[in-house]
Amino acid sequence: MDLGNRRILLSAIVIGVAVLYISRLFYIQVIDDSYKLNALNNSRRFEVHHPARGLIYDRNGKLIVANEAAYDLMVVTGQIKDLDTAELLSIINVSKESFITELKKAQKNRYRPYPIIKQISAETYARLQEKLFDFPGFYVQTRTVRNYPYRCGALVLGYISEVNNSDIKENSYYEQGDYIGKIGIEKSYESYLRGVKGGNYYQVDVKGRVKGSLEDGKYDKPVVLGKNITTTLDIDLQLYGEKLMQNKKGSIVAIDPQSGEILAIVSSPTFDPNSMVGRLVSENYNRLVRDPLKPLYNRPIQGVYPPGSTFKTVNALIGLQEGVVTQNTMYGCQAGYYSGGLHVGCHNHYSPINLIESIKMSCNAYYCNEFRAIIDAPKYGSAREGFLTWQSYIKSFGLGKPLGIDLPSEKSGNIPRAESYDKTYGKNRWNSLTIVSLAIGQGEITETPLQMANIAATIANKGYYYTPHLVKEIDDTVFDKSFIQRHEVPIAKKNFEIVTEGMYQVLHGGPGATAWWLAVKGLDICGKTGTAQNPHGEDHSIFMAFAPRENPKIAIAICVENGGYGATLAAPMATLMIEKYLTDTITNAWREQQVLEKAITYKN
Amino acid sequence: MARQGEVIRNIDWQIVIIYVFLVFAGWLNIYSAVFDENAASIFDVGQKYGKQLIWIGAAFLLAIGILILDSRFYFTFAYGFYFFVIVSLVGVYLFAPEIKGARSWFEVGPLRVQPSEFAKLATSVVVARFMGRYDFKIQRLSDMVKLLGLLAIPGILIVLQGDAGSALVFSSFFLVFYREGMPFSIILLGVYAILIFALSIIWGGLTLSIVAIVLSYIAFVVYGLQKSHRFSVVKMLLVPLAFIVPTAAYMFFKLNINVLLVFVIGFSILLVPVAVYTYKKRVPALLIIFGIAVGSVFISQSVEYVFNNILEAHQRTRINVFFGLESDPQGSEFNVIQSKIAIGSGDLTGKGFLNGTQTKNDFVPEQSTDFIFCTIGEEWGFLGSIIIIGLFVYLILRIMSSAEQQRTAFSRIYGYCVASILFFHVLINIGMTIGLMPVIGIPLPFFSYGGSSLWGFTLLLFIFVKLDANRTELIQ
Repeated sequence: MDLGNRRILLSAIVIGVAVLYISRLFYIQVIDDSYKLNALNNSRRFEVHHPARGLIYDRNGKLIVANEAAYDLMVVTGQIKDLDTAELLSIINVSKESFITELKKAQKNRYRPYPIIKQISAETYARLQEKLFDFPGFYVQTRTVRNYPYRCGALVLGYISEVNNSDIKENSYYEQGDYIGKIGIEKSYESYLRGVKGGNYYQVDVKGRVKGSLEDGKYDKPVVLGKNITTTLDIDLQLYGEKLMQNKKGSIVAIDPQSGEILAIVSSPTFDPNSMVGRLVSENYNRLVRDPLKPLYNRPIQGVYPPGSTFKTVNALIGLQEGVVTQNTMYGCQAGYYSGGLHVGCHNHYSPINLIESIKMSCNAYYCNEFRAIIDAPKYGSAREGFLTWQSYIKSFGLGKPLGIDLPSEKSGNIPRAESYDKTYGKNRWNSLTIVSLAIGQGEITETPLQMANIAATIANKGYYYTPHLVKEIDDTVFDKSFIQRHEVPIAKKNFEIVTEGMYQVLHGGPGATAWWLAVKGLDICGKTGTAQNPHGEDHSIFMAFAPRENPKIAIAICVENGGYGATLAAPMATLMIEKYLTDTITNAWREQQVLEKAITYKN
Repeated sequence: MARQGEVIRNIDWQIVIIYVFLVFAGWLNIYSAVFDENAASIFDVGQKYGKQLIWIGAAFLLAIGILILDSRFYFTFAYGFYFFVIVSLVGVYLFAPEIKGARSWFEVGPLRVQPSEFAKLATSVVVARFMGRYDFKIQRLSDMVKLLGLLAIPGILIVLQGDAGSALVFSSFFLVFYREGMPFSIILLGVYAILIFALSIIWGGLTLSIVAIVLSYIAFVVYGLQKSHRFSVVKMLLVPLAFIVPTAAYMFFKLNINVLLVFVIGFSILLVPVAVYTYKKRVPALLIIFGIAVGSVFISQSVEYVFNNILEAHQRTRINVFFGLESDPQGSEFNVIQSKIAIGSGDLTGKGFLNGTQTKNDFVPEQSTDFIFCTIGEEWGFLGSIIIIGLFVYLILRIMSSAEQQRTAFSRIYGYCVASILFFHVLINIGMTIGLMPVIGIPLPFFSYGGSSLWGFTLLLFIFVKLDANRTELIQ
């Protein structure tokens, strides 16, 4: 046997292993890129510098959203040595269980900093700082959190919270631990407020110790500060509105009609926006979510209500513009409207009445007649055509679609559609009588309080409105032109003057007018009450108004859920709001007292 | 003098040049691996790279000394040297301080000497001497037992020190045995045993035992169906009953006995007919099938036992991690993950000398010793890696081919010992850094930081260079 040949097999084994190893090396070094990425993540650390978030001011320059320092206790578990848990817990006052669970999470990556306890208080921080050297691996990171000095406007101002996975997926700017505006202005103006985070790249070793800057800071990114925002809000009016709304569900929207700037936008019940800051955030948030009164529901833009009698003003305007009625057109009312089997009730008042009186006394029969006259006007040829003409008018008031306020999740409300009537009743099987409840703002039509206020502003302006908005100015930024674009309503100014006179009469027309006792001397408030029928309980109390009559400064809509007649609750509130805004005083303390003391019990 | 001149001319300078290249490449990589800007001088003896330079100098002196010494010296003093190393292994076990969980180092002043690095050398010399005897026959059982004894003594002593990795190196001598006439089937059996070992861990001992029995039975049926044998169907069906009946009884009576007993009963029942058949027909085939079945069950059952009762937890985790049965990215898997990241980020040409981000910033543990290949992979890239692997392969192949040209069995066998040991080290060391081998802490020859290892390999290699240079004179 020639054993010399055995060298061949042995050589083959050696070469075989070499070929195997070289192919493996070729794969991991040249083909597979994942190792390169891992190497980068491994060896460099990007130390993020978060810019201070932009501040938010009200229209008078009052600081309404501020920043304050917060302290997060950070840990790098790989650097922990001889941890005396009991000692640490006694300083930071956290339960052992939650500390241990967080520590476990932190241990998933032993060399990355992890915020083990977020937002410890300043005193705790002071106490901790003295002893921090006893706890290697722990350090405190300072960052800013929001502070809301007026404790109001939670839903309009919004709050910020840590990004969740879907935020990160949507926008790659965000990383775990970043904060993002969740609702309100904080959300809609997130990109301005947050600024752009920057930071420095460092080379780090396996224990996360910094070994120096990466390529002399070549890749470092500068921080761009968040931009300050001046809102259109009058924070005192906002605060006052929330106070008036206490113990009631409902909304107030006040707009400066000359610019579309929102002066106050109240959603009630509300909550202290400061409760969305700090260690108790998740508890507080869960409490709000569970609250049957739904404080997180932004009623002024998300709540939709039938406009009730406030809508009569719109019908009056359409009738006048279409020439179906004049200001002298008279209709009779025998405590209601009767036609066929239908009866629409009305309260007792003298009869017959003209258009201005119909607004002043909010006569249902007048508007049933007037509305039917519009729809059935011979010039359209059919009820369907008449309806479509009417519909195009109400669309021009901004109904049936979101107005485009700079807040997230605005609802569109509902306007009736010919197609759905066709579907319900059959084509050509419906007529003006079928849909007559639209005459008095009931039926298929719903509006958000914002849309109601916008109608008030449109009437105040006698024919146009600006998109209601909340932001007046952003530092060093020219923004959204759409807010200075006029939206015209195709109705003549003189017709608005007639309706304005009616609305003036509502408060100044003496006994018989729906809110004659609510006039405030010298303010010339024009308003219209509304009582929206509500199948689930007591009627909603609605009022829309503007003042003063000449050169109006404020247009307002108020809706108090289950508040009864428009004149009972919404109207006095509106006059108080207007007075507060225009004169900054309240002459009728008794009225204010009545409103403040009124509490409505809601059953669920 | 004429003789000296001849020796110098006969020296295999290719081997020497490769050696010098590898040693200095190792030194540069150690410098890069432990690079510290505060002590940036490569000659700073306070740092590992400065020390390594001293070890290198000493290694060169050793090499020169060996080339000067008479080549018959190693043959003559083979047993003496072996004995000396065994005594130091015992001594280090008894008296040395424990460092990193192992008692492997003697401390002599600032020097740390690791006798196990010299044990490979001493064993190689003694194996060459023993196998080189005229009357040695590898097929003879008594010779083989003695030979294995020569490996086992240092091997066991090194295991006792807690350095199982270095002990495993002794298995590389089987390549030498193969070259010297050991039947190939024994290598195959070895591979088979490793396979059973691995599969027993992955699938569990019981599953593997059953698989082995079923496979053996299939072999038996195939054998029995051949024309020359023609076992009756009844006979063939009776065989499984030897296992099925005890299993059924065991399950039926819910006996609280070890499953192992079922195998023992089954094999005992079958032993008699197999023995009778083998004796009558004088054909060993059935006995071999039977033996393999018994052997497989024995190995898989003992693997399970050893694994669960003898290995320590960290060793179990390491093995489990290697087989992908466990994940431990921050623990025992950490080295391998980081090592792969370091090497994998090297790309085609590497990041350049001193520019490795992973290696320089201590991501890979044991960077200058067992994981030195990471530095090569990261800083010199794929090209650097294949040059190093290529040089090792060339060195090993060259040693083997020149071993074949030796005129004495001693020189030839010794040459194969050197090639096999180098091969084993390269196989395991590079294999573990790229995740193809389990983590076994043995150095990369000539590269890894450490005096003992460098000197051990230098002596190992240069004794062969000397023997080779003198091959014309060494005639026995």
